[in-house]
Amino acid sequence: MTPITTPNPNSFRTQPDERGHFGQFGGRYVAETLMPLILDLEAEYKRAKADPAFKAEFDDLLEHYVGRPSPLYFAPRLTEALGGAQIWFKREELNHTGAHKINNCIGQILLAIRMGKTRIIAETGAGQHGVATATVCARFGLPCTIFMGATDVARQKPNVFRMKLLGAEVVPVTSGAATLKDAMNEALRHWVANVHDTFYIIGTAAGPHPYPELVRDFQSVIGKEARAQMLARTGRLPDLLIAAVGGGSNAIGLFHPFLDDPSVQMIGVEAGGHGVDTDQHAASLTGGVPGILHGNKTYLLQDEDGQITEAHSISAGLDYPGIGPEHSWLHEIGRVKYLPINDDEALQAFQDCCRLEGIIPALESAHALAALPKVAKQFGKDQMILVNVSGRGDKDIFTVADKLGTSL
Amino acid sequence: MNRLSAAFAKSRPALVTFITGGDPTPEATPAILDALVEGGADVIELGMPFTDPMADGPAIQAANLRALGAGTRTADIFAIAKGFRQRHPDTPLILMGYANPMIARGADWFANACAEAGVDGIICVDIPSEEDGEIGPALRAHGIAFIRLATPTTDAARLPAVLDGSSGFLYYVSVAGITGKQQAQLASIEEAVAKLKAGTDLPVVVGFGVRTPEQAADIAKHADGVVVGSAIVDLVATHGADAAEPVRTLVASLAQAVHTCHLA
Repeated sequence: MTPITTPNPNSFRTQPDERGHFGQFGGRYVAETLMPLILDLEAEYKRAKADPAFKAEFDDLLEHYVGRPSPLYFAPRLTEALGGAQIWFKREELNHTGAHKINNCIGQILLAIRMGKTRIIAETGAGQHGVATATVCARFGLPCTIFMGATDVARQKPNVFRMKLLGAEVVPVTSGAATLKDAMNEALRHWVANVHDTFYIIGTAAGPHPYPELVRDFQSVIGKEARAQMLARTGRLPDLLIAAVGGGSNAIGLFHPFLDDPSVQMIGVEAGGHGVDTDQHAASLTGGVPGILHGNKTYLLQDEDGQITEAHSISAGLDYPGIGPEHSWLHEIGRVKYLPINDDEALQAFQDCCRLEGIIPALESAHALAALPKVAKQFGKDQMILVNVSGRGDKDIFTVADKLGTSL
Repeated sequence: MNRLSAAFAKSRPALVTFITGGDPTPEATPAILDALVEGGADVIELGMPFTDPMADGPAIQAANLRALGAGTRTADIFAIAKGFRQRHPDTPLILMGYANPMIARGADWFANACAEAGVDGIICVDIPSEEDGEIGPALRAHGIAFIRLATPTTDAARLPAVLDGSSGFLYYVSVAGITGKQQAQLASIEEAVAKLKAGTDLPVVVGFGVRTPEQAADIAKHADGVVVGSAIVDLVATHGADAAEPVRTLVASLAQAVHTCHLA
């Protein structure tokens, strides 16, 4: 097939290349057993993208099942408290299941069904992706197995119970630090042994090609809606976008539709844990170097021998030593700035958002909110900052209570 | 004729054995390697430990963590390889592992270190032929064999891509899965090896799930070699720094079975 239009060489929106590379990042670094399936998935995704019926079903489910479009909200008291730019929220926490994760799960389960797969597996950190996957599996009647680090099972009990209510089997993973990285290792091991009938719904814009591309495309509904909503409400585009980045799916979903708008600045917030000058953080761009893990080349926390080092974050959803490959590329070319935010800053922003706006944000989203005091005053009062409130914080109240010294 | 091709030029199948470097400690590894050779192994695979061994089952995962827990570094692996080469000038030595430790200092650094240590080839679990550029050119420039894996999911259409740029031997992973788990049906292995041999002149070696002399001999009848890994690693787990003697005994029984399988 010949492309109808010549790609704009100055566009930031034409990645990845046909081999799944975003600059030097991305690619398909998987065991040979998985390669044929990865190639099948790529071919099926191309067919699905060209099929109006696929898009129609995706859009219909997003509207009537997920509850889209999610609102664009002006946050008046937070704006006043910060004393700088107007603060706006993209309210992904109002989606069905309480986070942006469901957007991607809807898209991937439709692909799984197209490919004739009859079982679903997924990894989860905070449990939001696990809940979203269990939800779409219940909706479509497919058996579902979720791999979750045993540490995360302990700190995210409500989500574990939600997954079980939705009919999923939750497998606690005890290897390594028993968090998201280890859950992903175990999901890959299970997949390689069950590749004939099993589809792996990866929860973030990472992993082997075509996952980073297709997850981004499914999550881009966030940025497409926000762009249209901003123009409709204010007549112009925001001056700055802020989103938290673990693997980076909510951030790339917000950023991607704005990448070719030169007036729109972007900040991705990494989890700084106890500080990027300690060994207790999850800021792979700030504190890592490029390497290969979980199917893609990207920035990783690792030692000089290439051994992966353990990440730390108060937020289970950001507790991962890597990042999606498109973020690594956007970082290297400088289109997006990446900023670490520490646990205590996120905890403060979590409380401020509760008290000033009546919104309990996820700890992941609280990292994005915590960037606001650092940047809001760099903008005039007529300028606008849009923050992706990617998830709601009900799941985090036990962690927060523990940090604040309150027992529930 | 190089060491690897000589190992497969004998008129009998080859026994390929695997242990994880640095398990239980870097100091204990040389004696266990010597036991593999003394037991009769024809080719040695030395695992480079990695924090995230995604293709390995519980036995080799644990071996990786024991090795790293004992402080094993990349420098230790190359020191072990160099010592092995001095003691065993004719036995081929393969490094097996994952991409990230191999490219951490650059592929060229790694390939050069392999050449200097007398390493004959590399098996990298997570660099499929599509990503050959990551390490393949550097290995070829330094004369290090790049041994690729074929699996039950590698079909006829895909096989040429896998073979393109592969050297040393072809490693047939007989089960779709991780190391040390179930064993494939003999009939399916026989059929798969025949298809692979029709496509390449490289020796075809079969691994994954092979534990006993009987299993090894059954497979060796239809292939150029058999890999045994987890069963040996289990002995290291049990006996620790005293594993050399039981490893030598097991490998001797495996070698006897594999080397004489055509006579049985």
